[in-house]
Amino acid sequence: MTAKANRWPLSPKLVGLGSLVLFFLLLEAVIRIGLISRYVVPPPSEILESFYGIIVHEHVFRRFLLTAGECLAAGVLITIFGVAGGVLLHRSELLRRACETWVASLAAAPIVLAYPLFMVLFGRNSWTIIIIGFIAGLPPVMLKTLEGIAGTRRVLINVGRSFNLTPTQQFWKIQLPAALPVIFTGIRLGLIFALINVVGVEFLINAGGLGPLINDLAERYDLAGTYAAICFVILVSVLFYMTLERAERWLRPAN
Amino acid sequence: MADPILVVDDIVVSFDTTEGPIAAVDHVTFDVRPGEFLSVIGPSGCGKSTVFNVIGGLLSHSHGIVSVSGEAINGPHKSIGMVFQEESTFPWRTVIDNVAFPLELNGLPRRERNERAKHFIAMVGLAGFENRYPGELSGGMRQRVSLARTLASEPKILLMDEPFAALDEQTRLLLGDKVLQIQQQLHQTTLLITHNITEAVQMSDRILVMTYRPGRVKRIVEIHLPRPRSSDIVSSDAFGHYVAEVWSDLREEASRGMEDAERHALGTAGEAS
Repeated sequence: MTAKANRWPLSPKLVGLGSLVLFFLLLEAVIRIGLISRYVVPPPSEILESFYGIIVHEHVFRRFLLTAGECLAAGVLITIFGVAGGVLLHRSELLRRACETWVASLAAAPIVLAYPLFMVLFGRNSWTIIIIGFIAGLPPVMLKTLEGIAGTRRVLINVGRSFNLTPTQQFWKIQLPAALPVIFTGIRLGLIFALINVVGVEFLINAGGLGPLINDLAERYDLAGTYAAICFVILVSVLFYMTLERAERWLRPAN
Repeated sequence: MADPILVVDDIVVSFDTTEGPIAAVDHVTFDVRPGEFLSVIGPSGCGKSTVFNVIGGLLSHSHGIVSVSGEAINGPHKSIGMVFQEESTFPWRTVIDNVAFPLELNGLPRRERNERAKHFIAMVGLAGFENRYPGELSGGMRQRVSLARTLASEPKILLMDEPFAALDEQTRLLLGDKVLQIQQQLHQTTLLITHNITEAVQMSDRILVMTYRPGRVKRIVEIHLPRPRSSDIVSSDAFGHYVAEVWSDLREEASRGMEDAERHALGTAGEAS
């Protein structure tokens, strides 16, 4: 297994890319045969052609940067406040008992519907979008941080105690590094929630970014362009996923 | 004879259960002399690990005193280094960073702590594995990392709770050799908690046999096997004699433990039906 993996170091990436190409070829064939209506899903070749139009005429890169920036701001906020909130819930049993259910409920709440309130508070600008993305992405980070820290193996805590660690040392040297993989799972989930809400609110309040572009193209019935713009939303997601993976590998190389 | 370095004097530990308080350890008294290897042996559930946790300061006792070099202790103490039964290496640290952990806590500069960590890594026979992560090592190697980490804190007393329990017999014997070698090299005072008679006889100067619930000291057996020792000793007549002697004390307690477990299982099954 290892020998094969060493001989073909790029093979998993190539297989991944190949399967994607194969999927689009099959989709193209199925649409051209007429099994799927081209008025519902345009052929991938048309989507590919429409990239030129949305890059040149719709300034998609500027919009992409705005959406990515809003996601980044929401991501930074959910990481800082989510991890701190999870730690706080772990430290205070009273707070945990009082708030855990509320935080979990918040994860399922359709925050996006409260956008008029946030527009009143922050105006029709990126702050409304960032704050809604932040609130939507906060619960998974808080809950997963709590789960990760509470799930630290008893024996590791006892090792710390046997070395006379202070509670602060116990947290920084044992509990936090032990919880990192679970915390990163929370951040990933939080970012997905944030991205969905960022694009959704962009779409609703029409304040720039990829959301309004997708709306405009759909209303013009430019289906190929709509799908091409959606590809840029996926690109934001992929970029954040890859960055997180690198950050996790840097913090926990053993993983 | 030298004064004892560790004294456990009349310790009582009880736990609250739904059926009222149960004494896990009942007026246990013993001492360990400097450089001595003492094993505490007893059937499962006799309170061996409770004794380990009390001496290590991880569990409080309701009566009695634990003292190190004449100083009563109440909580973890820098003179006592603990090696746990469960795998306890830090998976996010390399072998060298695991072993250097107590040195890092003491504020030693990186270069110095790495040099000292390498010394202890070599001592447990893991030279060359310094930059590996625990996930890349076998169970026996990980336990050796834990042992090296504890030794790096240079404790006066090495306290081990069935450190080889999860390992196969051959690895256990070989690691027993390694521990013996280190103990003899460092003249390390060692207290081993175990349920394995051959392991206890192979390594100890004295074996403390505990009764089944509540845990009391049944007898202390002096082991007069020659030192330096290795696992070769297991084929000697004297070794067999000591194993038989300890087993004759332990058999009755182990039987009581088994009967109690069966009674408990029957009771649980009766309640369920």
